[in-house]
Amino acid sequence: MSALLELRNVNKDYRIGGFFDSSTLHAVKNVSFTLDDSKPEIFTIVGESGSGKTTTARMILGNETPTSGSLRFMGQSITAIRSRAGKLKFMSKAQPIFQNPFEAFNPLSTIDYFLFSTARRFLGLRDKAAIDAATDKALHHVGLSLAEVRGRYSHELSGGQLQRIAVARALIPEPKLIVADEPVSMVDASLRMSIVNLFRDLRDRLGVSIIYITHDLSTAYYISDRVIIMYKGDVVESGVAQEVLGNPQHAYSKALSQAVLPPDPEAARKIIMAKIA
Amino acid sequence: MLDTLQAPTTTSSMLRVEGLKAYYQMNYFGVRREVRAVDDVSLTINRNEIYGIAGESSSGKSSLIKTIAGAITPPLRVVEGSVKFDFAGRELDVYADPQAMKAARWQNLSYIMQGSMNVLNPVRRVKHAFHDFAFKHMGLSPSAFRARVEKHLQRIGLDPHVLESFPHQLSGGMRQRLTIALATVCEPDFIIADEPTTALDVLVQQDVLALIKDIQQRMGASIIFVTHDMTVHAAIADRIGIVYAGRLVEEGPTLDVFRRPQHPYTAHLISSLPRIGDNKKRSALPGKPPNLADPPSGCRFHPRCPLAVDKCTNENPPLEARLTGRVACWRAGEVQTA
Repeated sequence: MSALLELRNVNKDYRIGGFFDSSTLHAVKNVSFTLDDSKPEIFTIVGESGSGKTTTARMILGNETPTSGSLRFMGQSITAIRSRAGKLKFMSKAQPIFQNPFEAFNPLSTIDYFLFSTARRFLGLRDKAAIDAATDKALHHVGLSLAEVRGRYSHELSGGQLQRIAVARALIPEPKLIVADEPVSMVDASLRMSIVNLFRDLRDRLGVSIIYITHDLSTAYYISDRVIIMYKGDVVESGVAQEVLGNPQHAYSKALSQAVLPPDPEAARKIIMAKIA
Repeated sequence: MLDTLQAPTTTSSMLRVEGLKAYYQMNYFGVRREVRAVDDVSLTINRNEIYGIAGESSSGKSSLIKTIAGAITPPLRVVEGSVKFDFAGRELDVYADPQAMKAARWQNLSYIMQGSMNVLNPVRRVKHAFHDFAFKHMGLSPSAFRARVEKHLQRIGLDPHVLESFPHQLSGGMRQRLTIALATVCEPDFIIADEPTTALDVLVQQDVLALIKDIQQRMGASIIFVTHDMTVHAAIADRIGIVYAGRLVEEGPTLDVFRRPQHPYTAHLISSLPRIGDNKKRSALPGKPPNLADPPSGCRFHPRCPLAVDKCTNENPPLEARLTGRVACWRAGEVQTA
């Protein structure tokens, strides 16, 4: 058993304020967890805005350097990667998916441009047919095909389709890890399920581990294997998703799980009426 | 608990929408293009009722409430139909009498806008927003107006000091409360809300919903609101209307719609909701939302419908009364709910 990703006592501080009057914001405090290489899983980080979940994701992707602690990906320290070749190699194994699919693609370029340039850059392909084949294969994993996407602009596609294409783009270099930061919060409730089901499918079929970052406990419960709950930079609870979310112990996790409105009129109304009284 | 779930017994209607058609009509380089965002919608909203409109993005739900509010600009035009309000016996036809409509704005009819961050001017203190929106309508002296606003803020659970702050100094929940305060300070009879909780953090969502419900009960106002989040409808709507591709496909009391959905689209919306304590696989709807510039023939849902038959591709089902509500489906009620 080797670790795919290992975070050990990771901290991130930001200095806020001016030259004379500054304070320190502890965005992430002492976060440690390990993803196993041989067992792909969906690992969820739950927390509200400002809890440090996005900062953690940015550190895992190497976009942000931790103040202290170590992040290792496939045995190698993420912060120690310096060379361009090393960065490319790392990026081809750990890929991001962003929150807003409408903003992730440049509206003035056709969608296939992003897919082709990903294939060229990370797979080192030069041959047009090989690039097409790699792109088509990735699109097939998300239930689309190159024929449907070629030459289209982002405004011609629906949010759900765009988010699928964003997932396909991440799949082109055949990564081991996908970091998805709030991938469904901008997508309609009715399309949310198709994206979330896709993550399950990727884990089972392609063996990709997924770090799923969200504030929505109901989808977290639905797809996660393991979960950590973050609050103001601290991990307040962690463990198997169904146990943690089904029976939260920490006061903050309890508050979060109570904040989820049940999809049933009678139960939901009881909660709202109790708040008014 | 069940009594609060039933639609209010008073049947006097506040809003009557009849055969409303509002299209985006464009004419570029001699090519006419028509997007049928609101297509033959009729509905009635009663006094003291919260009516929720559900549907996916680009289904025309925002166009529908904009048309109801009379807040449309070309290329969106009303092609047919009428929107009539009844404010305490005074009838107001939104598209026949622009002068009366102007007078009724904010006094009788107000709007809670989506994205509270964008409503408040970032470089002016909050008090100016109240002045801009409401001062003219209330006919009070400046000091009396200020006292009234402060009293109203307290009622909504905000400290009157927020009037002196800039929007960026307030949290998202406080700003949303402020937009609700703005919309309700004149005690209007009818409130239109566009995605009132979508931009909010999960932890404050319930508080804001409770606030809306509370204000509505105390003022006896009617609310029509739009969101794609079915759990919000479950929490506060008395009745729900489901919009698909510009058409109202189902309508009924909230509890009935959730327990016994008659339209396959409604059934899908409800059964796909994830719940804590249940992680069995849920199916997603195949296909993509229809293009309203070129909608499918017959029933617009038929390309994605699991129950579609030949009749569905050819004939458009009318919205007909069924059980406690109305539904537009040739195979209404045949749907299995999980």
